[in-house]
Amino acid sequence: MTPDAHDAFVRAGFSRRDFLKTSGVLVVTFGAASVLPSAGAQGPFGTQPSHIDPRRLDSWIAVGADGRITAYTGKCDLGQGMLTAQTQLVAEELSVPTRAVTIVQCDTNVCPDQGTTSGSQSTPTNFNDRNLAQAAATAREALATMAATRLGVPREQLDIDSGVIAVKGSGSKRLTYGELVAGKSFNLDLDPQAKRKPAREWKVLGTPVPRLDMADMVTGTFEFVHNVHVPGMVHGAVVRPPAPGAALTSLDESSLTGLPGVIKVVTRKNFVGVVAEKPWQARQAASKLRVVWSNGSGLPSQADFYDHMRKQPSRDVFIVNSKDVDERLSKAASVIKATYLHPFQMHGSMGTSCAVADVQGNKATVWSPTQSAYPTRSGVALLLGVPTDNVRVVFVRGAGCYGINGADTVSYDAALLSQAVGKPVRVQLSRQDEMAWENYGFPYVIDQRVGLGADGNIVTWDCEAWYASMGGRPGTNTPGNVITGMLAGFSPAAFTPRSAADPASRFNNGSNAAPSYVVGRVGTAAGGAGVVASERVLAHTIASPFFTGPLRSPSRLQNTFAHECLLDEIAAQVKVDPVTYRLRHVSDPRLKTVISEAARAASWQARPSPKPGAARTGVASGRGMACVVYEGDNGYVAIVAEVEVNTGTGKVVAKRLFVAQDCGPVSNPDGMRNQLEGGALQGLSRALGEEVTWDQAKVTSIDWRTYHSLTLGDEMPSVQSVLIDRHDVEATGAGETAITVIAAAVGNAIFDATGVRIRQIPFTPERVKMALASV
Amino acid sequence: MSSITLIVNRQRHTIDVDPTTPLLYILSDDLRLRGPKFGCGLGQCGSCTVLSGGRAIRSCITPVSAVDGAEITTLEGLGTAEHPHPIQKAFIEEQAAQCGFCLSGVILTAKSFLDQNPKATDAELRQAMSTVLCRCFTHVRMLRAIARYRQEV
Repeated sequence: MTPDAHDAFVRAGFSRRDFLKTSGVLVVTFGAASVLPSAGAQGPFGTQPSHIDPRRLDSWIAVGADGRITAYTGKCDLGQGMLTAQTQLVAEELSVPTRAVTIVQCDTNVCPDQGTTSGSQSTPTNFNDRNLAQAAATAREALATMAATRLGVPREQLDIDSGVIAVKGSGSKRLTYGELVAGKSFNLDLDPQAKRKPAREWKVLGTPVPRLDMADMVTGTFEFVHNVHVPGMVHGAVVRPPAPGAALTSLDESSLTGLPGVIKVVTRKNFVGVVAEKPWQARQAASKLRVVWSNGSGLPSQADFYDHMRKQPSRDVFIVNSKDVDERLSKAASVIKATYLHPFQMHGSMGTSCAVADVQGNKATVWSPTQSAYPTRSGVALLLGVPTDNVRVVFVRGAGCYGINGADTVSYDAALLSQAVGKPVRVQLSRQDEMAWENYGFPYVIDQRVGLGADGNIVTWDCEAWYASMGGRPGTNTPGNVITGMLAGFSPAAFTPRSAADPASRFNNGSNAAPSYVVGRVGTAAGGAGVVASERVLAHTIASPFFTGPLRSPSRLQNTFAHECLLDEIAAQVKVDPVTYRLRHVSDPRLKTVISEAARAASWQARPSPKPGAARTGVASGRGMACVVYEGDNGYVAIVAEVEVNTGTGKVVAKRLFVAQDCGPVSNPDGMRNQLEGGALQGLSRALGEEVTWDQAKVTSIDWRTYHSLTLGDEMPSVQSVLIDRHDVEATGAGETAITVIAAAVGNAIFDATGVRIRQIPFTPERVKMALASV
Repeated sequence: MSSITLIVNRQRHTIDVDPTTPLLYILSDDLRLRGPKFGCGLGQCGSCTVLSGGRAIRSCITPVSAVDGAEITTLEGLGTAEHPHPIQKAFIEEQAAQCGFCLSGVILTAKSFLDQNPKATDAELRQAMSTVLCRCFTHVRMLRAIARYRQEV
């Protein structure tokens, strides 16, 4: 969508019907959701019934009288390139140039409900044989059938190119898409028989189409949600409590006397906000408003937090349990044990979260950067006490979120404040409000015991993890899963301790709780990637003192850090090259391939770690590998990291990274490389410096001085990526693969360089120095 | 309130405003510019960067009174999609962005520094970029784009 079209779309709102009628000319009246009669379709993700029926072709694809294609999707571009990739998909299936396609993303008035854009699920969901891909293929075949009838020839005699359907060998017998459809709807169901174009015939998909939004971003004209201006809009700012558990005691509105522009102080239970004419006035008012809060509930000591985690009541689940692990451990030739620790980390988006809401009576429109348009629609409805059908959520991109940052909570903030003043309200959080209250990535304690046979191979793997959780994505009915909802009186999802039952019906490694080296047998089926049949994986969830939620590669990164470092420890103990040792314990051929390809790209020399002459003085260098089958079935990746450790300062610098990845057919190789590079380096920043800190009462990581991200000035490694483009398998996600393995690879490289194993993230200079000194 | 004059992207604006208001708020709210963005409000991340007389400043911590009469250039004032500035062209050619929220900081900080220090060493350039963040970590491409621009300075 061009910025101007997008702008008009966002600012004015439009009904789907009008859009179709005028074929790309965006006209309609401004206002809250104008809802079409419900088609009665159940949302596919357990969300509220939507008036957009995902079984109907018209819910996905419209062809204008001018032949332009508009596609409606429930998967949005968060900066990962999904706009460009989905445009390629539709252009490919309909044989039109990308410029003939407009994608409308995640507007609950016009787009089908596809749940949340998360978990590397957009590619598997929309790029295989379902949903958007199936819709585009259905539309192409429907157009071809219409043309065959009109031209009086069988379908097989037709060629389709650039939106024109022509009889083979005849220049004159032809019809354009626009002539065929003339702006009318298809009135068809999605057709499972409508086949996708085979990858070998792709002309648009599979090619490095440049990002459609790149020039606008680089020239500062791209519209973020932060730039949305609605007529009559005023500005809100929130006043968060000083500490978790603090409740509103009183506030003194006279503290704002004389401040210009203040419209209203708004409270609802413990939610406090102010609304003013101008954004700076709102910010000033929020900082000057005198609010008395009760003491917070107090926080467990950070220094002892990992021990604290083990002692809490927990909700337990076995991922896998072959019930012979204790016996095998007792009979093993040797047993290796280690504990790995991972802190709370934050999304730390570049921009603080922002949303605009316009609540008029019992109707509301929210321009939101949420990953979850439909769930946010339900959450806003609950919060405001209005019918869900009266709420329209329009996705407008925010700063990269990497999971649930403040996008949902600020959408609630804007809705509450707009409802209180009856005007459109824009809210952008302060840096402290974003950082102190976002839903952090989970902290983990992971104990592992691995039994080895006399031949040095693994005979049993025992893994027991504790992680802390509170809240998360609000879904349709739990707005208390984020701070605003809780302050306004909703509770986070209840936490109920429970002992572990036997593993569920099938092996589910969605959190990568089980390492790649076990068979993953549940019942009669083995779903793992490895050869170790004696296996036990137990996960304990405990209540977190802070909100938590998905942070890019949630749990998968933490678990993989522990598994892949321990595998390296074992290989070192038995003095086998860690790549060789991995291959010995992997059964999955695709995982084997990425391991071998990453090693090949890195010119990996087979030898045990640490390297001969590993140094604890001067600058030591080493290499490490890690790999994973992301979520157990959603992408294969292996990485080699080459690092330097300054043993004097403790500073670790990654010099070169080599990543091999197999995510099935590649939609856009440059887009995939961009994701892969960004994921690897974001993971590097998390591995080397990022950790949420707190004192007895409150979070103390509240800005970029107190939460340590790598900057553009830090030395960064080169990243060489090997894309294994397979056409015989389904497309899987590619956004969270590299980030899942980088921490382990760096930890393994530090060990290779120095002979010192560090089992706690982040690898800060202080921690590295302490580890070097302790051996 | 004070009357403040700003020349933004070659256009003169006179506004009546609380003189303590940070420049960013004027640019993004009053003038509706999209280039400079609120990232932290603390001058720590770079998102709000604009050029004032060719020098990169953090508009989120610059009171508008401090730039009264100054010539301000934002990211959109540098070039357009049709006619991008050479450094913007380099970013487009390298596809050096993901979410794009950080670009004012990355592009304008690098441009300002390299224009004034064309013979800077890599270490000096790194130092200049050490107050700029990109949380998507598009660093590899951005540094390539900056290097490409540097060759042309």
